[in-house]
Amino acid sequence: MRRVELKDGADLDGFRRALRGLVALGVEPDEVDWNIGAAPSLFGDAAPLPADAPPVPLPRPVGALIESVVCHRDPERYALLHRLVRRVVRGERDMLDHHADPLVHRLALLDKAVRRDLHKMHAFLRFHEVRDPDGGERYLAWFEPDHFIVEATAPFFVERFESLVWTILTPVGSLQWDRRSLTIGPAALRPEGLDRDDRFAEGWQRYYESTFNPARVNPTAMRAEMPRKYWANLPEAAAIPAMIRSAPARVQAMIEAEAAVPRRRTPDKAVAAMARQEPATLAELNRIIRAAEPMISGPLVPGATQAVPGEGPVGAAIAIVGEQPGDREDVEGRPFVGPAGQLLTRALEEAGIARSAAYLTNAVKHFKFVARGKRRLHQSPTAGEVKHYRWWLMKELAFVRPRLVVTLGATAALALTGRSVSVLRERGPMGFGDWEGFVTVHPSHLLRLPAGEGAERAYRDFVSDLRRARGLVEGAG
Amino acid sequence: MDDALLDKLEILADAAKYDASCASSGAKRRTGGPDGIGSTTGAGICHAYTPDGRCVSLLKILLTNHCLFDCAYCINRRSSNVRRARFSVEEVVRLTLGFYKRNCIEGLFLSSGIIRSPDYTMEQLMLVARTLRRDHGFAGYIHLKTIPEASPWLIEQAGLWADRLSINLELASDRSLKQFAPEKDGGAIKAVMGQVGERIAEAREEKRRFSPAGQSTQMIVGADASTDLSVLETSDTLYRRYGLRRVYYSAFSPIPEASSALPAKPPPLQRENRLYQADWLLRYYGFTVEEIAAGGEGGMLDLGIDPKLAWALKNRERFPVDVNRADREMLLRVPGLGGRAVDRIVEARRHTSLRLEDVARLSSGLKRARAFLIAADHHPGGLTDRADLRQRLVAPPKQLSLF
Repeated sequence: MRRVELKDGADLDGFRRALRGLVALGVEPDEVDWNIGAAPSLFGDAAPLPADAPPVPLPRPVGALIESVVCHRDPERYALLHRLVRRVVRGERDMLDHHADPLVHRLALLDKAVRRDLHKMHAFLRFHEVRDPDGGERYLAWFEPDHFIVEATAPFFVERFESLVWTILTPVGSLQWDRRSLTIGPAALRPEGLDRDDRFAEGWQRYYESTFNPARVNPTAMRAEMPRKYWANLPEAAAIPAMIRSAPARVQAMIEAEAAVPRRRTPDKAVAAMARQEPATLAELNRIIRAAEPMISGPLVPGATQAVPGEGPVGAAIAIVGEQPGDREDVEGRPFVGPAGQLLTRALEEAGIARSAAYLTNAVKHFKFVARGKRRLHQSPTAGEVKHYRWWLMKELAFVRPRLVVTLGATAALALTGRSVSVLRERGPMGFGDWEGFVTVHPSHLLRLPAGEGAERAYRDFVSDLRRARGLVEGAG
Repeated sequence: MDDALLDKLEILADAAKYDASCASSGAKRRTGGPDGIGSTTGAGICHAYTPDGRCVSLLKILLTNHCLFDCAYCINRRSSNVRRARFSVEEVVRLTLGFYKRNCIEGLFLSSGIIRSPDYTMEQLMLVARTLRRDHGFAGYIHLKTIPEASPWLIEQAGLWADRLSINLELASDRSLKQFAPEKDGGAIKAVMGQVGERIAEAREEKRRFSPAGQSTQMIVGADASTDLSVLETSDTLYRRYGLRRVYYSAFSPIPEASSALPAKPPPLQRENRLYQADWLLRYYGFTVEEIAAGGEGGMLDLGIDPKLAWALKNRERFPVDVNRADREMLLRVPGLGGRAVDRIVEARRHTSLRLEDVARLSSGLKRARAFLIAADHHPGGLTDRADLRQRLVAPPKQLSLF
């Protein structure tokens, strides 16, 4: 017989060391005497295991199973794991797939019990706020797990409550977190007067009682998931017996009660006013747009400074829709004031359209960019982002009621048509559902062309597009 | 927390409890880090269970139970004499963080009665979520109830902060909705489900966050005359057309201050349970609504046995099934075998020919399954076709006591 000594609790390191030695020497599971937390043998080990045996290569699921099962209270756990490893190194590499094998089944049950215990500790542990000598926020919890899982639960609590200072005490070990480092400590005793003056504990109990529906009382289902052994450490559980006792009478009272006549009059005016929530003017709509969060940069990511609504008179004959505000527009809060906007203004003048008489807006109301050093580089919005903003664009156009909607570039055309439009190929008049439309390029496209004849021709084409658009409006008028 | 806030908590938790959902699952993994607070784990955690057997995972409250709507089944309808209260945005934020730090909850499930206008109400809900996320770095779970009558852009914004959005259909048919919830409009509800579903799909494709745990809904069972068949048909449409993550069924429960249109009666809990089982068969077991309904009578499920057993008893010619040879789809139809058990069977039988005692280690439902299964050492013989099979499976005969 070979005697192996391991520490109390989940001695993963000790087990790993022993296992390496046992595998190196080819010791059979029946020849091992596992001693947990025992005093060292008086006479020493007749045949000590080699201290420097090489690691045993194991499939990943086997390693994970070992880490879990060593946390179990079952004193046989190490012997069972040794039998498993012995078979795996002998060639049964995919042994864990043999779910019907009695050893695999037994280990699976141990693993399941440990995982359930972990889950219940994550769920049923309650922190209590305690007075901190420095006046800071401090939390203390007491919990009684079934197995040796305290260390194994640490990553969960550290991740979730990284910004708090807390201590978890249990009869099999303790954890302390000071916002920077974790200290694993010895077993502890239940602290006194935990929820003495924590009003949130009182609030939680009131919440628990209120969220219970007496008409559905089913204590068996409750106990299956929250067995009695946990109740002692759950402040809300004190109310359970009374809740169950009073439930039938409460339900009977509800059923026997006569349908009550409403005491209050019907609030006709408020009900009628409720339906009138839509913005009634363009100015009201723009107020809503201005108040909105940038959608495209997403929450929690720093993004655009402000929303940039449209500009121009209600009833303008032409509405011009661009892609999205750029760097300048984001700073000033007005559309088409950057380099591309200046080019557009010039082209409009040459085409005989007064900028002040047109309605100018963008498909997307926030600037989307990536920061490169001090510069903010424009990024095209995705199709989904364009759709996010489409509601506003459609509402704006409904207020302005233009005779023609001119889209600049592919994004604006996508917003109006709902499909991707090849601007250079399809430029010219196009129906946009409710609106007469006209597709042309975005002035920023012109700015990106290398200076020369090509760029000049492209600019002339752009102006002539705008002139055609004006002709359509005047012809229609 | 002062007494006034405690009183409000009591009123607004009581007012919110008829919503069945409390799930905190499906969110992407996320942590608050050193400056924020909280985490989401994917699977969700139930932090307590009340004596009704329901899980308490989220702080489930209403922002207010004042309401301009007059839905007959609802305790908060404007004509009800219930006590009213209203939280401020800040109060909800404080309660959520306070309970979260004590590890009582996974996050917040916030809903509200309609005050002033649907837009105003939706904006308040959105502001709570935004304050938690942006000002407090809250990384826990947020489930927002969507007000279907609110403007599309507010719903668009809510999805940016919430893990899950839900819109309650409440009643399976448009006719019932018109009768019992005069201010609601089934068409509008489905339009918003369509909008949200589209945004969720787009965001997933573009790797952005928009209600990453999907959307869910709830139907009340037993308030109107809808059959199980029509309820399940509605669910099937919702799953297919709008990509809903979950449909919750809530047995119509007596409420204090019941309306004369829907007087209080005990909730049909067994019916609710059977609908959940049927819903599971629909989503994970490859059953169609017609097959499930055929297990019952007249469009109603059999209350005495679960819908899978009901189907098997009416389709005995498909059994017994050989546990060592049958394909996964057919194994899933065996009463007593769940999805996990079937997966393990399929894996284990590659290595060995399964006997009955092996199946017993893989599944806890062998008692029900054995009449429908062939194993290496077992054949049910005539058992599958016995006329009294149902009685044998439902109520095992009690042994006579001998004097």
